[in-house]
Amino acid sequence: MAGNKLKTILATDCGSTTTKAILIELTDQGYRLKTRGEAPTTVEAPFEDVTKGVLNAIMEVEELSGLKILDGDQIIHPMRDDSTGVDVYVSTSSAGGGLQMMVAGVVKAMTGESAERAALGAGSIVMDVLASNDGRLPHQKIERIRQLRPDMILLSGGIDGGTVSHVVELAEILAAANPKPRLGQNYKLPVIYAGNTKAQESIAETLGEITDLDLIENIRPVLEVENLGPARDKIHDLFMEHVMAQAPGYKKLMSWTDAPIMPTPGAVGSLIEMVARQENISVVGVDIGGATTDIFSVFQGQFNRTVSANLGMSYSVCNVLAEATLDNVLRWVPIDIDEGTLTNRIGNKMIRPTTVPQSLEELIIEQAIAREALRLSFIQHKAFAVSLKGVQQERTISDAFDQSGSGETLVDMMDLDLLVGSGGVLSHAPRREQAMRMMIDAFVPEGITQLAVDSIFMMPQLGVMANIENDEMAEDARKAAVEVFEKDCLIRLGTCIAPVGKPKPGSVILTAEFELPGEGKKVVELKQGEIIVMPAPYEPIKAKLTPSKSMSIGKDKGESHVTDIYGGTVGLIFDGRGRPFELSNEKSKRIENLNKWSKATNEYPDTELLGGA
Amino acid sequence: MAHSYTPGLKVLHETKVQKDRILPLKGDVIVEAKASVTPDDIVARTHLPGNVQMINVGNLLNIDPTDVEAVMQKPIGSEFKKGELIAETKGLFGFFKSNVVAPIDCTLESISSITGQVVLRDAPIPVEVDAYIRGVVAEVVPEEGVVIETEAVFIQGIFGIGGESRGELVVVTETREDELTADMIKPEHAGKVLVGGSFISLAAYNKALSMKVAGVVVGGFNYFDLEEILGYTLGVAITGSEDLVTSLVLTEGYGEIRMGSRTFDLLKEHDGKFTSINGATQIRAGVIRPEIVIPLNPEDIKGDVHAIQINEGIQAGSLVRVIRAPYFGRIGTVVSLPPELQKMESETMVRVAEIKIDDQVMVIPRANLEMVETD
Repeated sequence: MAGNKLKTILATDCGSTTTKAILIELTDQGYRLKTRGEAPTTVEAPFEDVTKGVLNAIMEVEELSGLKILDGDQIIHPMRDDSTGVDVYVSTSSAGGGLQMMVAGVVKAMTGESAERAALGAGSIVMDVLASNDGRLPHQKIERIRQLRPDMILLSGGIDGGTVSHVVELAEILAAANPKPRLGQNYKLPVIYAGNTKAQESIAETLGEITDLDLIENIRPVLEVENLGPARDKIHDLFMEHVMAQAPGYKKLMSWTDAPIMPTPGAVGSLIEMVARQENISVVGVDIGGATTDIFSVFQGQFNRTVSANLGMSYSVCNVLAEATLDNVLRWVPIDIDEGTLTNRIGNKMIRPTTVPQSLEELIIEQAIAREALRLSFIQHKAFAVSLKGVQQERTISDAFDQSGSGETLVDMMDLDLLVGSGGVLSHAPRREQAMRMMIDAFVPEGITQLAVDSIFMMPQLGVMANIENDEMAEDARKAAVEVFEKDCLIRLGTCIAPVGKPKPGSVILTAEFELPGEGKKVVELKQGEIIVMPAPYEPIKAKLTPSKSMSIGKDKGESHVTDIYGGTVGLIFDGRGRPFELSNEKSKRIENLNKWSKATNEYPDTELLGGA
Repeated sequence: MAHSYTPGLKVLHETKVQKDRILPLKGDVIVEAKASVTPDDIVARTHLPGNVQMINVGNLLNIDPTDVEAVMQKPIGSEFKKGELIAETKGLFGFFKSNVVAPIDCTLESISSITGQVVLRDAPIPVEVDAYIRGVVAEVVPEEGVVIETEAVFIQGIFGIGGESRGELVVVTETREDELTADMIKPEHAGKVLVGGSFISLAAYNKALSMKVAGVVVGGFNYFDLEEILGYTLGVAITGSEDLVTSLVLTEGYGEIRMGSRTFDLLKEHDGKFTSINGATQIRAGVIRPEIVIPLNPEDIKGDVHAIQINEGIQAGSLVRVIRAPYFGRIGTVVSLPPELQKMESETMVRVAEIKIDDQVMVIPRANLEMVETD
């Protein structure tokens, strides 16, 4: 294929409920999404063969595109002619519960955290972090390991050449627990050792026989450096070799693909990392699902991912209620509602997770819960996305009064350039304004931040395309991933402009002057407590933003900022609620404000329910 | 004819029910194929490895890890009684000896010359699996367990708590609309499975617990009262391991919702029969719903067995239940399944079904319908 451009790429994502296929074609405008198809995932009984769902999704793509892709149960690749076959087929998977790992490190906040970061970055769910100093007695740790039955374990600990005994002690605990893998009774549990290289021999002695042990480079060779790459790669290899190979139908699927199958979140993460690197921007991506919420971020060039395992919109919706509290959910609801009825309704959504909001009231409640799920997940993310702990810092006299040190969060909302949302409640919100409002209320962006949603959640497929390593295909596949991401994947909602500071009530906090294409010069005066929306297209708009003396828009207080801003399907949102912003404790005032902001952003239809017509 | 895949709960008057009774680890199967079993019969048993205790003998005796093996009193694999000497230093001229004794009855599993830890293991924990339902051993899985088969009434609930339970079925409410109240629960209901109508309050459930009722089957229960019973807020619907005398099976959901008429009528028809129920619920990929199994006596078997099969989806004429507000809990018949997307009040564009409920035709998202699978 050398010298030839890839013309068609087929990619699937096997989710726990739905298998989604996309077809990408090379057109005059570069790589574009041609069509998509989906079908129920068929990992579980009565089918127990993932490829059936894959074939069904591809059949839908065939019907819609007119391209013949399947020859019986086989994907025709490479292409035979312009109407038969595809050049490349790749896939991701999170079916069957995804990749579930347990990680261990000597010090919880140091090697434990590095191991967790490596596992999360590879796309796994971290079931528990064991550490010598986690406060649990050895027999409690052993009981926990036996109870959890992870797919694999990542063991780390110690810097190279450091003390051996602590990490060996952890290995002894693992050996005593003699853990069994979650899937399949007939193979040994994969254990990756990525700790002090001096301990490798002792680790092999302790775990070599009872587990399938891999010894790799230390993830923390010295305190100041985190070396996550080898551990992430090894996790991906083992995911394919062991976990996927045990899941029904995956051996067949693996034989079809042109590149290794990646865990879905791992693929999304690598795409976000690539976009941030290429455009040299800070990005936060969120995928809010039925059971979990994944958050990805790149700040100061550092990638982080967290999974909030029990914050989701259906299976774990009651957990959102439990963690956020009913009062915090209700504060976003601009109507009076009986609390007992509301909790029963939310409970019924948990036990019947596939339902959709038919009435406006149901939609409002669902979007209120989503705000809280996103807010809580982001709090967890900020706590995890930190600089390396335990690193000694040189301080000068000028730093003496500066309390910042190692372990500070990397997430700086003023520095954030792009916030991307995906998942049913954001991508399928009936109005794009609703998605934008949910993200602004939950993430509280500061300064100038672009917002977008992933229209049909194709980031996993694009992520795996961007990771094809085969030399003949890699360059084109990566180019296709970036082009489709830009042109077809993201729906640009617009930009949120939110001055930071504590202004006086009712005062003007920002004056914005800009020129809208075809409409001429506009001046917006934003007052404290209000939201103003200006429809504007997604193209560079030269703007001068001047905050009041007590406010900042990314520079010093009161200092003007001249920059390009971008509109989108919603446009420019000027958010004058201040940062941090808090809702009024007084119920009538709170409802009045919610309705005011809702009207200003055209969030909900103007109905009697919301005090309208 | 248009049809749509929709989750459904089974309400079957006669079906072949098969239950896997499998050990968590390999062990012994103690019944033979084709044997008749009752719910309490043990069908398989094994021993789980005992819990582990780790003692750092090196630290306790203040010696180098490499010297630990030399001070141990018995080799690896030996058994120790609680309080028995495990390790002892030689001391100085036979004086100033330090020692470590066994904290439990255990077996010495390993000694580490790197950390100085020794691993002691408790006695194995016996595990037994019973038959759960009355029936016949249809299949023996060597060393793992059996499959029990029976002709039975089979009803799935939507949510439950508490694990497997069994007892005589007693329908205590007059109609499916009635609430099962505390005053209906009597001492003679101990060990029985009670069926109510639309609802049971926390107070009534607590009375059932105190009367040692084996199980309760009702339409609904308040979500916020679950915390009182479980001791924690139920965030994710995974249940079954709670240690409750009275298992609870909800047939409809949270809140006061009258029980489906077919469910109630079928249970009433079998009032007085011995019943097995399981409240275990798991609402994730690989859904597990709570269940009610009433094995049929030979004279009750009519032979029109409805095999539990793949849901074929709803179509015109199907009986469905609405599972979300604003018509939550209502049961109706599908009139048509229009193919085009329609806009709801929430402005959500969805595929819909036209449903006839009490002679009125309503438009409802297909995703908000549940098939009532009857035979």
